[in-house]
Amino acid sequence: MSEFDFQGERETWGDLGQKALKNRSFFIGALITGTVLFMALLSFFWTPFDVTELDIGNKLHWPDTTNWLGTDHFGRDVFSMLMVGARNSIAVAIVAVSIGMAIGVPLGAAAAASRSWGSNLIMRTNDFIFAFPSLLLAVLFTAIFGPSAINAMIAIGIFNIPVFARLAHGGSLALWQREFILSAQTSGKSRVRITIEHIMPNLLNILIVQGTIQFSLGILIEAGLSYLGLGTQPPDPSWGKMLSEAQTMMYFASYLAIFPGIAIVFAVLGLNLLGDGLRDIFDPKLRRGR
Amino acid sequence: MKLSKFALRGATALAMLAMAVPALAANNSVTLGMVLEPTHLDPTAGAAAAIDEVVYANLYEGLTRIDSKGVVQPALAKSWTVSGDGLTYTFMLEDGVKFHDGTDFNAEDVVFSLNRARGEDSVNAQKALFKAIDTVVAVDASTVKITLSPSNGSMLFNLGWGDAGLVAPESADGNKADPVGTGPFKFVKWVKGDRIELAKSAAYWGDVVVLDKATFKIISDPAAAFAAMMAGDVDGFPNFPAPENLDQFRADPRFSVVVGSTEGETILSINNAKAPFNNVKVRQAISYAINRQSIIDGAMFGNGTPIGSHFAPHHPAYVDLTGAYAYNPEKARALLAEAGFPDGFDAEIKLPPPSYARRGGEIIAADLKKVGINLKIIPVEWGPWVKDVFTETNYDLTIVSHTEPQDIGIYAREKYYFNYKSDAFKGVMDKLNKTTDTDGRYKLLGEAQQILSDDAVNGFLFQLAKTGVWNAKLKGLWENSPVQANDLTGVSWSE
Repeated sequence: MSEFDFQGERETWGDLGQKALKNRSFFIGALITGTVLFMALLSFFWTPFDVTELDIGNKLHWPDTTNWLGTDHFGRDVFSMLMVGARNSIAVAIVAVSIGMAIGVPLGAAAAASRSWGSNLIMRTNDFIFAFPSLLLAVLFTAIFGPSAINAMIAIGIFNIPVFARLAHGGSLALWQREFILSAQTSGKSRVRITIEHIMPNLLNILIVQGTIQFSLGILIEAGLSYLGLGTQPPDPSWGKMLSEAQTMMYFASYLAIFPGIAIVFAVLGLNLLGDGLRDIFDPKLRRGR
Repeated sequence: MKLSKFALRGATALAMLAMAVPALAANNSVTLGMVLEPTHLDPTAGAAAAIDEVVYANLYEGLTRIDSKGVVQPALAKSWTVSGDGLTYTFMLEDGVKFHDGTDFNAEDVVFSLNRARGEDSVNAQKALFKAIDTVVAVDASTVKITLSPSNGSMLFNLGWGDAGLVAPESADGNKADPVGTGPFKFVKWVKGDRIELAKSAAYWGDVVVLDKATFKIISDPAAAFAAMMAGDVDGFPNFPAPENLDQFRADPRFSVVVGSTEGETILSINNAKAPFNNVKVRQAISYAINRQSIIDGAMFGNGTPIGSHFAPHHPAYVDLTGAYAYNPEKARALLAEAGFPDGFDAEIKLPPPSYARRGGEIIAADLKKVGINLKIIPVEWGPWVKDVFTETNYDLTIVSHTEPQDIGIYAREKYYFNYKSDAFKGVMDKLNKTTDTDGRYKLLGEAQQILSDDAVNGFLFQLAKTGVWNAKLKGLWENSPVQANDLTGVSWSE
């Protein structure tokens, strides 16, 4: 991740669009991510059935024309639950990535700009947090502060901070060596101003790519936390919780485990492909190397 | 190709090994699965059902014991006489009884045990059982006289509880980690978080048990429980935690599925002291809003009997009050409006881990939402539950199964986590304690059930089923659980 080629001339959005259409990873990734996003947004207005409505008499029906993906042990429609679950997963991931970016990027950029004992302190603290496995940290956090979707967001957000801080720090350090920054410095601009006007816009590409990857990780960890009962709480449906509830019923209602599992794989795969594609598009050097 | 052949051979070897394990186990030992690990192994110092499920009748014995049908049988007391006024009980003890550490058991141990259990600084979880006891005297080495004041018709039953187990003064303090009793099994070792091992006590005073070894394996995860049964890692689960899997066990000739009854009244406990639940109309509204059958079907997959009060349906004094609050959301809404909550209100429900609570809680939340009561679901582990809900009564609603036998008396206690206060109910309980004739007692028990139903103290849901699954060749496990116990004294393999 350390090799970034910063283009001297700016590419126009039109150029990027052209490249995007030709990139297969980007195309498939965008398609999958778009579908998941669309389902999540649609669930605000419409789902085939109400997911808060329990219908015990209609429980554990295999998929048919009424319940496309069957019903769970409370008679809830699995397809509707997956739609609302997508919403919860995405909400958690968005907030978590935003927390990571909002705190991590300024920290990393500031550390790169100042290069004092303060920047050392920031980066070593980051390394310290980074050393903990992310899921373990999230479990620890929700165990202390109580299980809820909000705490899951914060927990996943916290371990996103060092990821973005390191990225911003590394990217900024490379940029500070460049001629156009040097010329900005000689023209008397302050380090803060240079960071905002020149460094940040040039960091955008790598941040978008990393953001997409972290987003998919966020979805995975949210599913993991909910599976352990530490994330989204009932009665809100979530993919991880659906999987954990399906565990004992897997042997006679396998669809209960299969569909949420597919949903998670689908969303994570889509976001990873999208991230790969974006990196190729933003980073012509890597593409040329192929 | 090479690799797959190797893998195949490995898998075959593993499969053979897996088959060999239950065959070996079939010798003369038994491994039973249980969901909760006991906090310690002293039944006279803890309320956890898991303690009795390991030690009752296996490690410790009382003066009397309760058999699989809930009937009082002699244990360390081979016989007894009761004076005409019901105030003096004279117990004749078995001879030649020794504790597992080799010390003799005699009348002094009985005096010590009972005085310890009912004493001022006793940590016994069921002190109320011994409340009627006035004095315990050792007449001679094998005779004990207990005088009561006032009389108590259920004294012989009370003395059969695990909490009335008899211990020795020399070893009593160490019983939590290293239990020393008089039972047919002796303690071998306890691997925390995994298993508790018992072995046959050859010096047992009565009929020596058939099994050489018994292991209780702690498996808290229902999915793991299923896998352990299927793989033969355990020979049975006296209480299988996932009722949804029972049909699969039924379809498998290797297993017997025995659904019996427990003493577990599963209830939606309500904090009667906290507004708005201190209003009887609100509590009645909740009772009307709950669809019991859908909870039994949804949470327990049909295993369980609806109840209308805090009383077991299989008891002869049971009065069927399930019709008192038949599911009726309109009536619930009307009652809420009368109570001043036409738009309902918000509350919390704390749910301990068992599936009856976690799943039942979701169903109840959906039921109550229909009448305007919005419940926030808070899943809690047993530790915090005991602290917050049971001890500090810091809760609105919770779901729990009260598995102690014939425990309707808890509603008369001065301080109990329902915070229910009724002089009428206490009056009936006082009368009951002074009544010894069966018909009179049953009539009073009926009245007591009626009062609890009228006051809608709690949401009475269902009698917890005992969903037993075990190896089809295993004989002698209890079908029902009249007390919290896994009595292994009659267990054997059929071949």
